[in-house]
Formats: sequence, C-alpha cells, structure tokens
Amino acid sequence: MDVSQYLEIFLDETSEHLQNLNTQILSLEQDPGNMDTINEIFRAAHSLKGMAGTMGYKRMQNLTHDMENVFSEVRNGNITVKAGMIDVLFQCLDALEEYTTNIRENADEGTNDNEPLIKQLNDILNGGEGGEDAAAKPAEKAAAPAAAAESSGDHGDKKWLDIKLGDSERSVLKGAIEEGKKVYGLTVKVQESCILKAARAFLVFKAIEETSEILLSNPSAQDIEDEKFELDFSLIVISGAELDQVIAAAKNVSEIEDVIGGVVDPDGAPAATEEAEPAKEETKPAEVQKPEPAAAPAASKPAASASGGKKNDEKKPSAGKPVVNRTVRVDIEKLDTLMNLVSELIIAKNSLVAASAASGTSSTAVNEQIEYLESVTTSLHESVMKVRMVPIESTVSKFPRMVRDLQKKLGKKMELYMSGEETELDRTVVDEIGDPLMHLLRNSADHGLESAEVRKERGKPEVGSIFLDAYQDGNNVIIEVRDDGNGIDTEAVRNKAIEKGIITPEQAENMSEKDSIDLLFHAGFSTAKVVSDVSGRGVGLDVVKSKIEALSGEVEVKSKLGEGSSWIIRLPLTLAIIQALMVDIGNEKYAISLGSIQTIEDIAPSDVKFVQAKEVIQLRDLVIPLIRLNEILDVESKKDPNDNLVVVVVKKGDKQAGLVVDELIGQQEIVIKSLGKYISKCKIISGATVLGDGEVALILDANTLI
Amino acid sequence: MDTELKTVGETKQFIVIKLGDEQYGIDIKYIDNIVRMQHITRVPKVDAYLKGVINLRGEVIPVMSIRIKMGLEPDVETKSSRIIILKLEQQGMIGVIVDEVKEVVTLESDQIEKMAYDSKDDKNSFLCGIGKCDGGLISLLDLNSVVLENV
Repeated sequence: MDVSQYLEIFLDETSEHLQNLNTQILSLEQDPGNMDTINEIFRAAHSLKGMAGTMGYKRMQNLTHDMENVFSEVRNGNITVKAGMIDVLFQCLDALEEYTTNIRENADEGTNDNEPLIKQLNDILNGGEGGEDAAAKPAEKAAAPAAAAESSGDHGDKKWLDIKLGDSERSVLKGAIEEGKKVYGLTVKVQESCILKAARAFLVFKAIEETSEILLSNPSAQDIEDEKFELDFSLIVISGAELDQVIAAAKNVSEIEDVIGGVVDPDGAPAATEEAEPAKEETKPAEVQKPEPAAAPAASKPAASASGGKKNDEKKPSAGKPVVNRTVRVDIEKLDTLMNLVSELIIAKNSLVAASAASGTSSTAVNEQIEYLESVTTSLHESVMKVRMVPIESTVSKFPRMVRDLQKKLGKKMELYMSGEETELDRTVVDEIGDPLMHLLRNSADHGLESAEVRKERGKPEVGSIFLDAYQDGNNVIIEVRDDGNGIDTEAVRNKAIEKGIITPEQAENMSEKDSIDLLFHAGFSTAKVVSDVSGRGVGLDVVKSKIEALSGEVEVKSKLGEGSSWIIRLPLTLAIIQALMVDIGNEKYAISLGSIQTIEDIAPSDVKFVQAKEVIQLRDLVIPLIRLNEILDVESKKDPNDNLVVVVVKKGDKQAGLVVDELIGQQEIVIKSLGKYISKCKIISGATVLGDGEVALILDANTLI
Repeated sequence: MDTELKTVGETKQFIVIKLGDEQYGIDIKYIDNIVRMQHITRVPKVDAYLKGVINLRGEVIPVMSIRIKMGLEPDVETKSSRIIILKLEQQGMIGVIVDEVKEVVTLESDQIEKMAYDSKDDKNSFLCGIGKCDGGLISLLDLNSVVLENV
C-alpha cells in the first residue's frame, strides 16, 4: 500500500501524540494513581502503535507496542508506577522522537532497534507481574468463576450487570445512597435500523441527565460518542427519581428499542435479580482484592481517591457533550495567501476612502457604505489573524520535561511553574520563540539557581523555582522567565567583560547596572566558570536577543543580586498589519508604528535646549534628546524654523527620543511589506507600505533611531 | 514564441531600449513587465543609483537608474520613459529606468558578437555582447553586472 501521501499527517499526529505522552507521563510522575492520566497515556500509545503499524514502521511499532503493554498492566493495576519506570518511559519517548525525526528527514525510521529499551520495558512487565503475582492470581481466579457465573447466570438483556465497579465508584455510589438517592443499572437497546446510533445515545444521555447523574457507562462515553458499540449500551446512574421515570425518559428518545433497568447494590453486584446472586458473592472477593496491589504504595492512596472524586465531576459534562474539537488542518502557505489577499483588500479599502475624500462629492450614502466596508475588512483581518494564532502551549509544553531532565543533569532541585500557556501568538512567532525560551530557561537553571546547599544557607527553600508566565499586554504579548536564584552579579559581569576585552576598565567604572546587564547579550560572553553541557557556550544570550529582535520583539532583564532575575520578552501580536502614525517630512510620507509612540508634543523653538551640543527638550521632568528626521533622511524640511516643532516622542524600553517631523497626517492601518534584499542597507527603514493612493510610504524603525 | 525558438534553434530575443543615443538590448527572458514611469518613493541612505521603490500591484519593488550606474547623465523623465521590471534569480524583482522602449528583436547566434573582457572602459563592463541587426548595433546588457551592488 502506498502510504506516502499520509506521511505528512502521520508526522503531525505523531508529534502531537508524543507531546501528549510527555505531558501525561510528567503528570503521572506527580500523581501516580490518576486513572485518567493512565488511560490517556494508554490511548496515545495505542494510537501511535496503530499509526506506525499502518505506515509500516516496524521498529517504532515494536517499541510502542511494548510501551502499550506496560501501560496496559498499569491500567489493570498489576504494576505500580515507580520513578525508574518513568525514566524508562521518557527514554522511550526520546527514542520515538528520534524515529520521527528520521522519518521526517528521509522517510525512513532508521535502523536503531532500541533493544535495551525494549528489554527494560519487558523487565518492568515481568518484574511487575512477578512481584504481584500472588495478589493478582487469586484475583484472577476469583474473577474467573464470577465470569462463569455471569455467563451461566445469563444476564441476558441486563447487560449493566457486566459493568465493573472500581473502588472510587463504589464509594461514590454508597455516598449517594446515604444521601437517599438510588442507583440504577440501565441497558439501552437501539433499533437495528438506526443510522445515527451515537446521536441517539447522546439524546438518551441527555434525557437521563435531566433526572439523574450518569456515573459509568459500558462502553465508555467516548466510545459511545465515536459509535463504537453494537446495538446496546449500559449505564450506571445515580438518581433521585424512580426507576420507571428514568426508563421512561430514555424510552422517549426515538429509535430506541428498549430500556431495561434495575436497582444496583453498590457492594459489587446488582441485588435485584436472583440469577445474579452467585455472581454477587463471587465477584465480591475479586473486586476487593484487585485494588490492593494498585493501592500498595501508601502515598498513592489518597491521590487515587482524590482523582476518583474528581473524575466523577468531570464525567458529567463529558458524558453529555461531544468533546472532540472540530478542526481542519490547513497548510500555512494557504493562510499566508489568504492573509495577503486580506492585505490587498485593506489597501483597496484605503484607496476608496482616499478617492471619496479627494472627489469632494462624498454623499452620506457613500460614507456609510465605506464605513461598513471598513468594519467588515477590520473584522475579516482580525479573523484571519486569529486563524493564524496558536496558543504558545504547543511550544512551552515541552519545557516541564526539559526542566526535569536538567534537574537530574545539574543535580539541583528545581520546579517549573508555568502560566498563561493559552496565550495566543502568530504561528510563525510561536514556532520561532521556542529556542530563545529554552535558552533562557536553561540559563536560569544553570546560572540563576544556586545549588541546594547554598540555597539552604541563604534561607531559601531548597527547591528552586523557575516561572514561565505569558500574558497579553495591549498589542503585545509578554513572556516572562523568572527565577528565585542568585540574580546577576553585575560586578562579575563587568570583570568578565574586561577580561574578554569587550570593554575597558575605564568604561566599566562608569557603567550603570543596566548597561552591565546588557553586556550579557554581547556575542561571545559567558560567565559560567565551567562550560557545561547545559549552557555556557557563550552563544546563548546574543542568539536569544537577535532571534527576538528578528521577530520585532525586545528583551529586557531585571535582576536583584541574591533574589533572582527575570527576563521579559515583549513580542508584537501580529507581524503583518499594524496601526501606524503617518507623518510628513519634506513632502515625503513616512509611517511610525503606533506601538512605539509615547506622546506627540508641540514645542516652541525657544524650548529647545542644548546638552553636549545636542538638542534636547524637557518634558515632564525628563530630558529627551531631539532627532531631526529631515537631517537623518536627507530631505529639506519645508517648515519655517520659527514655527513650533511637531515632536513625536517614541520609546524603546525606558529610553525616549523626540522625532521632529513637519506635519502629522493621521493614524492608519498599514500592511507591512518588505523592501527586499536589494535595499537592505538602510537600517532606519524597517519596511514599506502601500498607501490608499497606490503610493509607497516607508516605515521608520523608531528603535534604531534611539 | 516557444515554437519560434524551437524551429530557429540558436536564437535569442531582446527588447531594444534607448539610453541617450545608444541602443541597448535586454534578454527577454529576464523581463517580467514594462510599466510607465510613475512616482518613485525615495529611500534614504542608499546608493545614488537606487532611485527608490514603486508599488507594482501591491508589491514593493526597488527601482534603479542604469544611467547613474553606468556613469551617464541623470535620467530626464519624458513621455517615453519606462520602468522595465526584471526578474532575476538572485535579487528577485528590480525595476530599471530607461529612456524609451523601442522593439523586440530576434538575434541568431551569428548576429551576436561576444565582448572581449580586456576592455578597461567602465561602461563596457556592463555589456555581454554586441548585436548586429538591420545595419544598426545593439549593446547587449549583462544584467547581473548591471544590478550588482557597488562594493
């Protein structure tokens, strides 16, 4: 079978599953008893195996198969999750990642069989079974007669009797009964002619949920949603209503053939029917024994019950509503085309505005339509931008795993706290921001945080904290990497810079704290005394800075010696279209990004002062240098020197400058176009835009002017 | 056009332009478009021969003056002035200003005289050959050296 056409999808989905596995295994490490996590892991491993098998990647399939085996045993409670096992699983994920990379590069998975890993997995399997053999066996034995009893007892239509109750479910049922509610088992049969079984099942769920709470279903709610059932499904519900009412509600749904129900005794088996009596007694020991090995580590016990409780809460919505996201995968290039078309539309709209203003005969009707067009193009632009936006989660979700690895490698104790993973950024930015963030996190882990002993001495908690916070701030997205480590020792930084010949000792004397910190971004600078595997090759921070600047962002550092440092990355929300102030300088039009503009001032020529032969103005107790744009741009100003100056005050970080322009034209939405490689010499121009009248205006990069 | 090329074999088509009194030929395969003279937005702080940028159906395209690059008199805009948009592999789209676009000629390989590279003359280094056509001579422009940045 030719599967090459599916390769792209396979790779995409594999990466998704691997990422998911990474996250889930991490949370499993935190909470080893969480059945939801284990189920999720099992599902992901299973899908991976299936996909790899279909595509004919045997080695990948083998490895995932063995992983799946392990998870399956964990799920059945035959193996408990141990730290060693988590390590092996992570190694497996790395191996799978390697396969995926190989496949991506040359459509072949490579020849690494990863036998040691498979052996380790099998050891876990055998070890686990060996250790709990004694416990598992009687359970199995007990289960066998129970099953026999069930089949001989012939539950017939009462298939709800087959539903196995776990520990937590049973306690929930008991709790419900104590509250005076009743527990019923239901089996719903759908007509054979029914086409949309899942939809009918959904309606039944909904009908029942009006009076009751659905605790369990067989098959699972997810499977029912996916139509993975034959003609019937069974439910265990907790209800305040009578059994007849519940059954009647379910029967009300069309195309439902029959609903059979009975009262369930939470102690293992339904008490209503006589045939079930032997089954009840037999299943009881089986059920009681089974959870024992699972609950063996005392620590996991409360976790398990806690998660059990949580599960019930979560079950309610998931049983009723389909939770699958309806998505379409779209090639990013197609989105770019769409984006370009929207840009063209905005230019055309602007032309229309200009034309109507120029003709002078603008009637209210035309104006109204133009305003309408404007609101449509604006929302169209917003929606297209939103389509391109993805949560940064896809990039940052690999960091907890990375920090975990760093912790082992560096022998320091640390914890990563993340917030705002749902913050959205343009797809291209999200793809690019991963590396800089990784550098910063490594930096914090390696240079920032002190070792546990030092931390203890200083009265800090032994476990160091690294924070990664993302949030939106106006038209920017801020990503902050913070640690509670040692902070930046500016003295050490200066000494190092002198040693490296980056600055002279004299320069160092006069350097402010901030300038010293900025030295860190200098190419070829690394303060770590020993070059470690983790960071310290001296390529980190200047790469971080240039990468972020390439994305039109900026990075700022705040640090307090002994208390920690924070790295603040500020990124623009969108790259292609910005709000800009149009200005006139010597009859030429220029655009200045609204984002960098602080205020606009009208200054009398007499208020211009001189400091070190440079023009400055004083504004609210701040001395701001003036930049005469006409001089920088080599044009004649058409203004009378005695007239008041129009000064656009721009900021970069906490630095400000006043740009002197001839006239303000107005605010406008502009589409940024590149000037191309051919004209790249001009640093102060960051791009160009096409105005409404078809003319090209240049965009001034205020950052390079300051 | 394609069929013509195939049947005649070793022929090349050139667009004949005028700069001052001289006729120049530009290989047609590099030409994307010819547009009328329009407002060129000046870009500050670049070499003098780069006149600025224009808007070509929403794309921003740099425009250069061959005259300044070759050391001739600066362009004088007339009714017949045109901007020829070239599409080059390395530099992408670039516009060049010419005084006039005359015609398209088809030259057989024996009508093209290769330039000797020993010439020290600055102007000649922008040429890759001379075409003989209807008794007149056409200097064939070597576009790569024309658009190459001054170092």
